[in-house]
Amino acid sequence: MSARLDRRSLLFAGGAAALFPWLPAWAQPVSAGLPAVGGDDIRLTIARQMLHVDGKMRHAIGINGTVPGPLVRLKEGQTARIHVTNELDEDSSIHWHGLILPFQMDGVPGLSFPGIAPGKTFTYEFPVRQAGTYWYHSHSGLQEQLGHYGPLVIDPAGDDPAPHDREHVVVLSDFSALHPHVIFKKLKQMGGYFNRQKQTLADLLSGEGQPLGERAAWGAMRMDPTDISDVTGSTYSYLVNGHGPADNWTALFAPGERVRLRFVNASAMTTFNVRIPGLKMTVVQADGQDVRPVPVDELQIAVAETYDVIVSPEDRAYTLVGESVDRSGMARATLAPRAGMAAPVPPLRPRPLATMKDMGMGGMDHGAMGHAPSEGGAKMDHRMRDLSLAPTVADTPTVQSISPMPMDRTGEPGQGLEDVPGALTYRDLAALHRNPDTRAPTRRMHIHLTGNMERYMWAFDGVKLNEVKEPIPFTQGERVRVTLVNDTMMAHPIHLHGHFFELVTGKGDHAPRKHTVNVQPGGTVTFDLTADAYGDWAFHCHLLYHMHAGMMQVVTVRPEEAA
Amino acid sequence: MSLLAIALLAAQPQEPAMPAQSCSPEHAAMGHCSMPAPAEPAPPPCPPEHAAMGHCTAAPMPPDPPPSSPCPPEHAAMGHCKPASEPPAPETPAPPAPRVDAADAVFGAEAMAASRRRLYAEHGGGTFSQIMVDRAEWRVRDGRDGYAWDAEGWFGGDIDRLTIKSEGEGDRDGPFEGGEVQALWSHAIGPYFNAQTGVRQDFGPGPSPTYAVLGVEGLAPYWFEVEGALFLSDKGDVSGRAEASYDQRITQRLILQPRVEANFAFQAVPELATGSGFTAIEAGLRLRYEIAREFAPYVGVAWERKLGDTARIARAGGDDPSRPAFVAGLRVWF
Repeated sequence: MSARLDRRSLLFAGGAAALFPWLPAWAQPVSAGLPAVGGDDIRLTIARQMLHVDGKMRHAIGINGTVPGPLVRLKEGQTARIHVTNELDEDSSIHWHGLILPFQMDGVPGLSFPGIAPGKTFTYEFPVRQAGTYWYHSHSGLQEQLGHYGPLVIDPAGDDPAPHDREHVVVLSDFSALHPHVIFKKLKQMGGYFNRQKQTLADLLSGEGQPLGERAAWGAMRMDPTDISDVTGSTYSYLVNGHGPADNWTALFAPGERVRLRFVNASAMTTFNVRIPGLKMTVVQADGQDVRPVPVDELQIAVAETYDVIVSPEDRAYTLVGESVDRSGMARATLAPRAGMAAPVPPLRPRPLATMKDMGMGGMDHGAMGHAPSEGGAKMDHRMRDLSLAPTVADTPTVQSISPMPMDRTGEPGQGLEDVPGALTYRDLAALHRNPDTRAPTRRMHIHLTGNMERYMWAFDGVKLNEVKEPIPFTQGERVRVTLVNDTMMAHPIHLHGHFFELVTGKGDHAPRKHTVNVQPGGTVTFDLTADAYGDWAFHCHLLYHMHAGMMQVVTVRPEEAA
Repeated sequence: MSLLAIALLAAQPQEPAMPAQSCSPEHAAMGHCSMPAPAEPAPPPCPPEHAAMGHCTAAPMPPDPPPSSPCPPEHAAMGHCKPASEPPAPETPAPPAPRVDAADAVFGAEAMAASRRRLYAEHGGGTFSQIMVDRAEWRVRDGRDGYAWDAEGWFGGDIDRLTIKSEGEGDRDGPFEGGEVQALWSHAIGPYFNAQTGVRQDFGPGPSPTYAVLGVEGLAPYWFEVEGALFLSDKGDVSGRAEASYDQRITQRLILQPRVEANFAFQAVPELATGSGFTAIEAGLRLRYEIAREFAPYVGVAWERKLGDTARIARAGGDDPSRPAFVAGLRVWF
């Protein structure tokens, strides 16, 4: 292995004090970060291993012996050659999340390539045409849940538009002692299995949660307002760079430095609300794309998204809090000028409750829309699954509800952050550089995100991938306006492989470009897509068990004459 | 130096973000914003007869997001943005869907075929199972203690499942009173309900008829678990059963479950000692504690009452048609 260590990688290693001599260097919780690999010829090996989480040993899948896998560090303009060896007893793969590359290098078994058989090595080779913070992970089975993921950073060919004195990669993830197939089976048997924060008679009597009438109305609709996350802190430990909250991974800095934190949400199922109490974060990149700097106090990072922020900490310790969106647990790390320091860890805030807006009745407040604002419970129930509102959705048991009045929620910071001042919204993001394609779209389409929490079925347009007959076709080079309509009461981080798309949030030709967009419950997101990459591409919800349950489609991009 | 760069970045012109709120007519009238264009030119998928019944309203598609941000002419001239009067994207038909086969040209169709099949099958396919012993309980009655069980298992995919049900009861000292087992094909007929059809075999002392079964099972509004079935016996007798239960969480682990079951028959069946009409009801109230979701001991009360002619037959045979009991048992599933 030829590892090219640059200045930043050395900075990582510099802080590795041997606080825990029995742990290998990569597992040291102080600033060690993850080992970095780079250069023109990179070797990665996927294998089973044990993982220490808060003092407990867990079975995991790691890469080059670490969970998360090593930081793959590339340089814009180089050709990446990455040899991936699979030492598992089952097929595996690595998908380079957010990278623009030829489809056969995208790493989705069955679409891009046949997968990597046990004992075999596959060599990925592609030109590096972008810069920024990305990540990589398995696209085989449920391996991702077991630790098969890692960060990927591409240094820009020119000057970095957001210079900094030091950086830390912060990979957030969720880890369970339960095997992922067991988690999935429990969800199929009982959709609310992991929800230990349901409403009860006790909290009704103590005046918490919804009042009785509201509970009855939600009961009539068979909707549970506490259904925020499918898999929760009741089984998950939330990790920072593979370390549990008690491990307290610590990132060191020198006072006065500008520190860049590269957040990657590599979770299987967890949306995090990230904050550093006492420290303003300036967002400079979203999904690897430079954005105009936005100072924020908190940001919601959905599964598979990345955010780069710059902080200027003073000479004291700070707690980095990654609270799961349902407030059932947190990922915790410390930012400190010296090892051994810690700041107070704030308690978990009360869990949010879904609202009528989350059921897609967002517009109901606005009598101006021409709809009667008040409806009886029975009538509302009928309206919860009115398929005439979504003519492209198949009438299948996968469809529990159709949002009667979905609204664009990109101006909101996400569930649980409604009342948090200074929380980032998608509408705060604007691309630093002009968008590469500013043509007006020549076609538009709607894709509905549908699901059934009781049967734990998830799909696009009511049709699971195993039932799908045809892919979603695009003509190469065409520009299409796509609206995602969330007909469910949960947020879905939707990822399209091989492309960036521009969010339609009123930023003109500086629209923020993303590879993954979180569609809030009962909400819509509209983006413009230039389908410029020939091939077959995966398009799916990045909640691992939603994808596994069928919330996935294939996008084909073909030249006009062939189409 | 880096401070300066950031300061410069921050100083770049930033277009104001559009408010997320929709545009009310009075605002629009004042020129503060523009109403979203009528959503879809396509015929509204809300048939007039539906709309007349108040089931839906016209213009059902979500409105387009507000047009792009205000673009001052000087900005537009500099190419920073386009004027806001951008027309909505047209409703052009999609190109025809090709075969999903791009990777065949690189790796060969044969090499791709198996993994592609697996990709489709794995995402949304798959079979699962659950064995649920809802009630396995001891019944303390006036002088005659007994036991009872009620269990259900399923195996299969999201839509079609093999469902096995069994229930029965007996006395501690007396005879086994009787039980039944059903083997059903269960088919999802909507988001919440399964239609079930198959056979039921009774066993125990006395006649043990075989039945054809047609039923439904699912989750009703207000979170009631409901189940109903009609049984056609090999003698041609028709009977039925309806059940409903509700889980009231007192805390996250302590759950009170009221449950009611009604049995009825369309004709008298002397060898089973049942009359026609409602034959029996059973009501129960059980308080369980979920040590784990899968493992919950409970205590409660259950009351069986024979009705109508069936009650008269019971009395004539020296049995009490009313049988209250304290129950203690276990709910376990995996």
